[in-house]
Amino acid sequence: MKKVMQMFITVVIAALGLMYLTFVLNSQQGYSGGNTLTVYNWGDYIDPELITKFQQETGIKIIYQTFDSNEAMLTKIAQGGTSFDVAIPSDYAISKMKEQGLLIPLDHCKIPNLKYIDPRFLDLPFDENNEYSAPYFWGTLGIIYNPEILEGMEFTSWNDLWDERLRNEILLYDSAREVIGMGLNSLHYSLNDTDIDHLMEAKRKLDALSPNIKAIVGDEVKMLLANEEAAIGVVWSGDASEIIGANDKLDYVIPDEGTNIWFDNIVIPAGAKNVEGAHLFINFMLDPENAAQNTEYVGYSTPNMKALEYLPEEITGDVRFYPGSDITDKFELYENLGKKMTAYYNELFLEFKMHRK
Amino acid sequence: MQGRTRNIYLIPYMLWIVLFVVAPIALIMYYSMFNIDGAWSLENYRRFFTPVYLSMTLRSFWYAILITGFALLIAYPTAYLLTKTEHKQLWLMLIILPSWINLLLKVYAFIGILGFYGPINSFLRIIGIGSRQILFTGFSFIFVAVYIFIPYMILPVFNALEELNPSLVDAARDLGASPWATFRRVIFPLTVSGVKAGCRAVFIPALSLFMITRLIAGNRVITLGTAIEQHFLVTQDWGMGSTIAVFLIIAMGLTMIMTENGKLVK
Repeated sequence: MKKVMQMFITVVIAALGLMYLTFVLNSQQGYSGGNTLTVYNWGDYIDPELITKFQQETGIKIIYQTFDSNEAMLTKIAQGGTSFDVAIPSDYAISKMKEQGLLIPLDHCKIPNLKYIDPRFLDLPFDENNEYSAPYFWGTLGIIYNPEILEGMEFTSWNDLWDERLRNEILLYDSAREVIGMGLNSLHYSLNDTDIDHLMEAKRKLDALSPNIKAIVGDEVKMLLANEEAAIGVVWSGDASEIIGANDKLDYVIPDEGTNIWFDNIVIPAGAKNVEGAHLFINFMLDPENAAQNTEYVGYSTPNMKALEYLPEEITGDVRFYPGSDITDKFELYENLGKKMTAYYNELFLEFKMHRK
Repeated sequence: MQGRTRNIYLIPYMLWIVLFVVAPIALIMYYSMFNIDGAWSLENYRRFFTPVYLSMTLRSFWYAILITGFALLIAYPTAYLLTKTEHKQLWLMLIILPSWINLLLKVYAFIGILGFYGPINSFLRIIGIGSRQILFTGFSFIFVAVYIFIPYMILPVFNALEELNPSLVDAARDLGASPWATFRRVIFPLTVSGVKAGCRAVFIPALSLFMITRLIAGNRVITLGTAIEQHFLVTQDWGMGSTIAVFLIIAMGLTMIMTENGKLVK
């Protein structure tokens, strides 16, 4: 028993010692309180050179951490074990965080660069008046296809996917909102439809698509399409630009019926230690030159109008990734449908996945 | 004094069992009683008996049975041959070796191997059969699952065969039993405990497989494990996810009891 106690005490002393040591080391390197900034972002979603530039300009050290899904990020921020100063969630996650009181309002006086953002992308339903968030990147959901394998087939509508020649060729995301949404869109219903009859109709229509579906996967979609394992996929425009970057035979289209438009916005999570620095960082990322540099690195569509002037014509003139306002007007944001409806969407999606070819 | 010291040494184990065995199961039971609105109800259990979940359960069982069956079919002869080889420990280690590699890594490798431009399809093209879709089918799912589970089947069967007294086999042969009769009447009954242990080690995890249903079967195979994952991560319907988990626990308990009874060897 004595031995057990001795061991226990040794462990406690060692732990305290290590904690002190990290504290001393951190403060020696200047990693304390006011001059560090913990950024919580998707993997590979910022140009690392911009991090260096920000550190040089402001003298604030950036601690960069990544997440791979909005849900994972939400859980970690809600738990509050680590404090993050800046995070970059997607639209629906922002409205959830707002509901749960996990966000600190932005001080617009400290973010003058907000004026460069295209007004189309400001004051959206998930964050009215941009009280809590500033746009980082945006995009759409569309069809990516390989014209070489498909011998010149063309796609303009969601309904083109139901073509019999596409047996076993389509890849979908393993995500209820996207797949059910596609079914709704193809019937000209809203992406946020909660009418049970409309949803059942969409489900029946999707069942008919079953023979054409090769697989319902996650991130592997990018690899599979780039390696030509499949000819068509329904993907986010961000993923599409990555796939085209890896294999330029592929082409991306936004269907005529309209589609989902999504945003990744910068926010300051509750519990942030360096709110001042967070504002500096947001303003820095919204600076047109920096935004342009970041866009070239990441390859997603920037909401920064002024940044477009710094980007080459071949990027900004590409209507697949920068559609005009006449087209974006038809796009819909995902609204938070509430737990019950989300569960219903998922139940339908599960049934759809179980539908035999 | 001695008795007390012994009790103190028991504390860590008791704590372990309470914290990591009893508490999680109790929590799962507790959560399964709440419907999506967070109200206390048995609605989830009613939902489980709707066609969607029942057919999912049947399919999960069917695939788990197939996986266990094929694993046994391959593992038994392999284990038998192993006991006959000279350097059996070395061979055994070589067979166990792949299980040291991370599961996800192996599964990703299979995406490449089974893919349209992968080596298997190249081979099929060369010998004139022509390429066909292998990835994202029920076949690829069973193939990869069997590959992953085989070491867990071979080990207990191998141990049982090792314990088998060879003179019993000799006696059977001396008394005129054919090789098949020897196997059916002597070898197999005496190693059935190993087979049962192996089946348990494969069947139970196979029932709740989820990751490779997406990566290898492209969600064309839906098991209870997939549904649990979706309910916890996407729908946030912890109640329904827990209810499915409760049924999995019951199924596993039944499997344990069924393979436990009528043990022939110690």
